[in-house]
Amino acid sequence: MSHHSITLNVNGEEVTGEVESRMLLVHFIRENLDLTGTHIGCDTTSCGACTVLLNGRAIKSCTLFAVQANDKSIETIESVANGGLHPLQEGFWEKHGLQCGFCTPGMIMSAKQLLADNPNPTEEEIRWGISGNLCRCTGYTKIVEAIEYAADKISNPTSEEVSS
Amino acid sequence: MIPGSFEYHSPTSLEEAVALLGQHGDEAKILSGGQSLIPAMRFRLAQPGILIDINGLPNLEYIREKGKHLLIGGLTRESAIEGSPLVQERYPLLADTARVIADPLVRNMATVGGNLVHADPANDHPAAMLAYGAEIMVHGTNGARAIAIDEFFIGLFETALAADEILTEIRIPTPSTGSGGAYLKIERKVGDYAISAVAVQLQMDGDTVSSARIGLTNVSPTPMRAVEAEQSIIGSVGSADALEAAGKAAAAACDPSADLRGSVEYKRDLTRVVTKRAIAKAIDRAKGGQT
Repeated sequence: MSHHSITLNVNGEEVTGEVESRMLLVHFIRENLDLTGTHIGCDTTSCGACTVLLNGRAIKSCTLFAVQANDKSIETIESVANGGLHPLQEGFWEKHGLQCGFCTPGMIMSAKQLLADNPNPTEEEIRWGISGNLCRCTGYTKIVEAIEYAADKISNPTSEEVSS
Repeated sequence: MIPGSFEYHSPTSLEEAVALLGQHGDEAKILSGGQSLIPAMRFRLAQPGILIDINGLPNLEYIREKGKHLLIGGLTRESAIEGSPLVQERYPLLADTARVIADPLVRNMATVGGNLVHADPANDHPAAMLAYGAEIMVHGTNGARAIAIDEFFIGLFETALAADEILTEIRIPTPSTGSGGAYLKIERKVGDYAISAVAVQLQMDGDTVSSARIGLTNVSPTPMRAVEAEQSIIGSVGSADALEAAGKAAAAACDPSADLRGSVEYKRDLTRVVTKRAIAKAIDRAKGGQT
């Protein structure tokens, strides 16, 4: 039993695949499903570039076997924009939350779970929430501002001006 | 980095999982949160022929009090411990520990049971459970048994678990009124292992420390208690002299290795300082402090 048929829900659609038991979820997402927004940064469970949501919880997809996602639900960065930029994506745009952008998909997926759990986080809670995601460009300040922007936007969807 | 090939099993009952372990013995590894095992497999530091994924087993994720114990299911995620109001309110040592393990992404998968059975002296729960005097419930082909935490860790990555046994529950004695606990960890950055960390659980009788247990992280080949430090602080009021004596006792008893986190001398001295601070914090909490 070193090969398995798996069925899972990815970004709202049911997908199936034949996987070797040792295949990591991130490789299944990138290579089998061609969803390359999920990045591989460190290969050592350190950087969080490969963050996806597994049944709504942010996890490192390089540290889970694809076969473990059988019958589970996965959300990747490709699911976030829905008829327009998500407030988090808009926040990263408006607040310059990225420079090279490599960490951004993972940052956004971690922030998505953070805001789902805690819609009005303090700056410290935001920093804590993204502490599993490494960024080598921004120094994090702009990322924190981007997430604050999104939290405001989600809490006050109708306001034109968003306080920062 | 791709792990070596293995056979994957995903049993749906504890009995089935134990039977698979009984059948395959040392060739098989249990896959729980996988946050230590999968990286080790990617580096080929571990190459098990068979993985038994226990994530599908029912009724192993819970945190509840029963009688005079806090019961934690073996598959309980670190993030569940971190977010538990019960733990935050009544088990501050455990709350301290859960929030400094790895990072939030890892804690969403990582399990308390896995942290213990991996028996890595760099892991954080061993010291905390040593300080609590916890009991480890295991299930094997011959049924269930309890292992006292003092007998659980027997070497580097080695526990008293038999080859066919699975950790099912951790039982922590509920602290009485006048008790306090704390876990203090010095790490280079979020997600790193401790340079040194100290777990303290103590009981006050008025102003005097009447009992204390102290566990140390990542300063010995096997997770250890600092018994001499415990003796130094018991019977004292936690004066500066008593704290210093306990810190020195812990520094003398530990057995760190030099590595990229520091020299032996540095780690010993850090252990002295962290022991003092952790005891002081535990005493403060026992007296009703909220920090």
